[in-house]
Amino acid sequence: MNSHRFSWFNATSLTLGFVFLYLPILLLIIFSFNSSKLVTVWGGFSTKWYVSLFQNESFMNAAFVTLKVGLVSATIATVLGTLAALVMTRAGKFRGRTLFSGMIYSPLVMPEVITGLSLLLLFVALGWDRGFWTITLAHITFSMCFVAVVVSSRLITFDRSLEEAAKDLGCTPINAFLQVTLPIILPSVVAAWLLAFTLSIDDLVIASFTSGPGATTLPMKIYSQVRLGLNPEINALSTLMIIAVSVGVIVASILAKRAEAKQGLD
Amino acid sequence: MATEVLDNIAHESWNDQNVAPLIRFVNVTKKYGDFTAIDNLTLDIYEKEFYALLGPSGCGKTTLLRLLAGFEEPTSGSILIGGEDISHIPPNKRSVNMMFQSYALFPHMNVEKNIGFGLKQEGRSKEEIKQRVDEMLALVQLEEFATRKPHQLSGGQRQRVALARSLAKKPKLLLLDEPLGALDKKLRERTQFELMNLQESLGLTFMIVTHDQEEAMTVSSRIAIMDKGIVKQVDTPAVIYEAPNSRYVSDFIGDVNFIEGIVSSQDNKKVVLKTADGESLILHSETPLDIGAIIWLSIRPEKVKVSKTKPENVNNVLQGKVDDIAYSGNVSTYYVRLANGNTVKAQATNSRRLSAREITWEDDVWLYWTDTAGIALSE
Amino acid sequence: MLWLLIFFLAPFFIVLKISLSDMATSIPPYTPQLDTKLGLLSSIPAYFKALDFENFIWLIEDNLYWKSYLSSLKVATISTLFVLLIGYPMAYALARAPTRWRGVLVLLIILPFWTSFLIRIYSWIGILKTEGFLNYFLMWIGIIDTPLEILNTNIAVYIGIVYSYLPFMILPLYAALEKMDDSLIEAALDLGSTRVTAFWQVTFPLSMPGVIAGCFLVFIPAMGEFVIPDILGGSETLMIGKTLWSEFFNNRDWPVAAAVAVVLLLLLVIPIVLFQRQQEKEHEVVA
Repeated sequence: MNSHRFSWFNATSLTLGFVFLYLPILLLIIFSFNSSKLVTVWGGFSTKWYVSLFQNESFMNAAFVTLKVGLVSATIATVLGTLAALVMTRAGKFRGRTLFSGMIYSPLVMPEVITGLSLLLLFVALGWDRGFWTITLAHITFSMCFVAVVVSSRLITFDRSLEEAAKDLGCTPINAFLQVTLPIILPSVVAAWLLAFTLSIDDLVIASFTSGPGATTLPMKIYSQVRLGLNPEINALSTLMIIAVSVGVIVASILAKRAEAKQGLD
Repeated sequence: MATEVLDNIAHESWNDQNVAPLIRFVNVTKKYGDFTAIDNLTLDIYEKEFYALLGPSGCGKTTLLRLLAGFEEPTSGSILIGGEDISHIPPNKRSVNMMFQSYALFPHMNVEKNIGFGLKQEGRSKEEIKQRVDEMLALVQLEEFATRKPHQLSGGQRQRVALARSLAKKPKLLLLDEPLGALDKKLRERTQFELMNLQESLGLTFMIVTHDQEEAMTVSSRIAIMDKGIVKQVDTPAVIYEAPNSRYVSDFIGDVNFIEGIVSSQDNKKVVLKTADGESLILHSETPLDIGAIIWLSIRPEKVKVSKTKPENVNNVLQGKVDDIAYSGNVSTYYVRLANGNTVKAQATNSRRLSAREITWEDDVWLYWTDTAGIALSE
Repeated sequence: MLWLLIFFLAPFFIVLKISLSDMATSIPPYTPQLDTKLGLLSSIPAYFKALDFENFIWLIEDNLYWKSYLSSLKVATISTLFVLLIGYPMAYALARAPTRWRGVLVLLIILPFWTSFLIRIYSWIGILKTEGFLNYFLMWIGIIDTPLEILNTNIAVYIGIVYSYLPFMILPLYAALEKMDDSLIEAALDLGSTRVTAFWQVTFPLSMPGVIAGCFLVFIPAMGEFVIPDILGGSETLMIGKTLWSEFFNNRDWPVAAAVAVVLLLLLVIPIVLFQRQQEKEHEVVA
């Protein structure tokens, strides 16, 4: 529409910006296929680091723990976060509303070290053994807030009269939600789940605080390796993770777009 | 004129002592915090009526509708349908259905599913739903669109789906919230007649909320004019127009001129009013008035005639100068400034072509009207 | 609505727990332990008696903490400015891009945000280190003769923060710029503005909500950032997140770590509250 305004300045700033964003990742991917152990010197194409990665049991264990934590916490956080979003957008004014929305927003901006530390102190105070479940609980708590924000931004534009129409036509409030509201907001609920999942598998700080012996997540494992310097196995692992996430996000966004086009929402 | 109209409606159910109303509002008040949306309202609506709620935005008409649908509960008072108090019954348990202003069609369901939604909630069998949905599709002439999604329909088609959906459950009362607001003028006029025919042939009770006075006049059997949570007048469209009970009502419906004065004498229904300038004007009043009371003569512009020569044998004559002429095709409205600075509007049909018009700007003209054209309003 | 309240209680309690434990950090649970064996009521007064502010006094006396707070503040402020400088032209270009490209371009901005944070920071090590790509490149084109020391310095930390938080700035800016009506600029041009003055007098003021939101979203987490200074920064890099981490994991001094957290939280309360106000205001506008 306004392509004539897409000036050289704009094109240049976008191009440079994207180079800045993607060059490091590209270099990382390219050098994961480097046969040399010196990560920054090209020594020919090889997939040996991928082979050794899959033979590394501690990496595989950590990946398994991470996936488990991610799946469980994202699912529970999506349910709780969606309910919280409903309360935030629907309940109008109630006692403690400011406190409630404050609690929803604060973990979004709170430095992870604080969230991690405070959750740890809570678990210690409760006398819980730290491990898989404490990481999961911690992840539910903070990703729930992200879910609540994503879902509530959809709910704000949701036409309330659709729900009223459902009730008018004989639905109980629960049925109206399940048959009308939920199917319509589903794309954003799915997006929120994906966000919660990636937040969980990506998290280092909170997991480090709340984990205990025997429960090491992949970011924790990567971190301990990275502190020792560059490692071609990490390059290989990173490449796999980047590809998995990119494919996931692209597929999800294509699906979302299709669903939107199909429903012709808003 | 007004008396004739009043006589005509004598057989209507709201004047029949033996017919119980379908809906009763008894002293209903609805408050939102400090704001009173509905103020101690008492109202009866009868079966098979096409009842219109008319008023400016914020007058409480939508709140009234939502109270009936069950989306709001009254702060005090009670609402009865067929003698049963429904004030605190949730919307899904009421035999009232609503057609929403936004239509509120479910975007993820096709036309068929939308129309059958209410029947499905009642747990009807598949065949039963199918049969009823087909009936409704035929009624609104959308048979070939059954499997379309709402966004694949035009505005008018969506409106008909919404109507079919709200009628599918055969409600005792159908509420229509600005049902034609989203349609263009031509389509709106055609749909008004469709709605009227539908209401008559199905024998249902309709209640419509609108801010469009022409729409209310066209479709309804009775109109309730609302202002700030209070019903100012409930009557047939003709009575509302010809015999409004207050300046608010007469100003809200159509165009009107007011001339202030004092009652100087009254002979039966014929009242003589004296203006501050000493003019004597004759007008009509159904009720006796106190001599010396301040009243307003209310007269519609189309009842005021305008002439370049002084009319003979007429009691009500005012002289002035043409200030402005609003030409709207079929009619022209003349804004005539009187000697005291007030402006009176007079409307004349353009039976001749524009070029042949004899009155123009700055002309001195006489305004005149019959003895019964003006009515007295004391409020 | 009632059924919601019941379900709402569950998440409410979990969130309440965090907020309580945030406060509980001022009660370092390690020195005094709440001994409930004696009965809850009798143990609470004893518990509070055992509390004192010596950790906070320690924080004030030892200038390591002061320096950490101040240098965090400096790092966060400078990098927020840089993110804004880089992010604004990108967001502007995005909003001006042809409609059919926009979806893809926005996706390209978001994509790195979904990939692991740690991996993205890690990827910079290979670029910034002495025998890294950047030095190879600069020496190859002949700007420098000897490799620059970038890794393990504050510059590396700035680069890391700018790189990681760029999407946080671009997205709110883009949201603000994209919904802006083109005719506003046309009106400004029509009334005699040049393109540049039209930008400063119309576009920029109207994008202020986006600028503010973006700055908050970058500044607040950058303040408490731990991973970036730890991986890219060197021993000279002092940031409060890193100090807290080492206090906790290396020195095992939990009460001091908790006190550090409380002070950091207090420092952040003002921007967080401001951010929340702004968010609510925007939501109100939408609603």
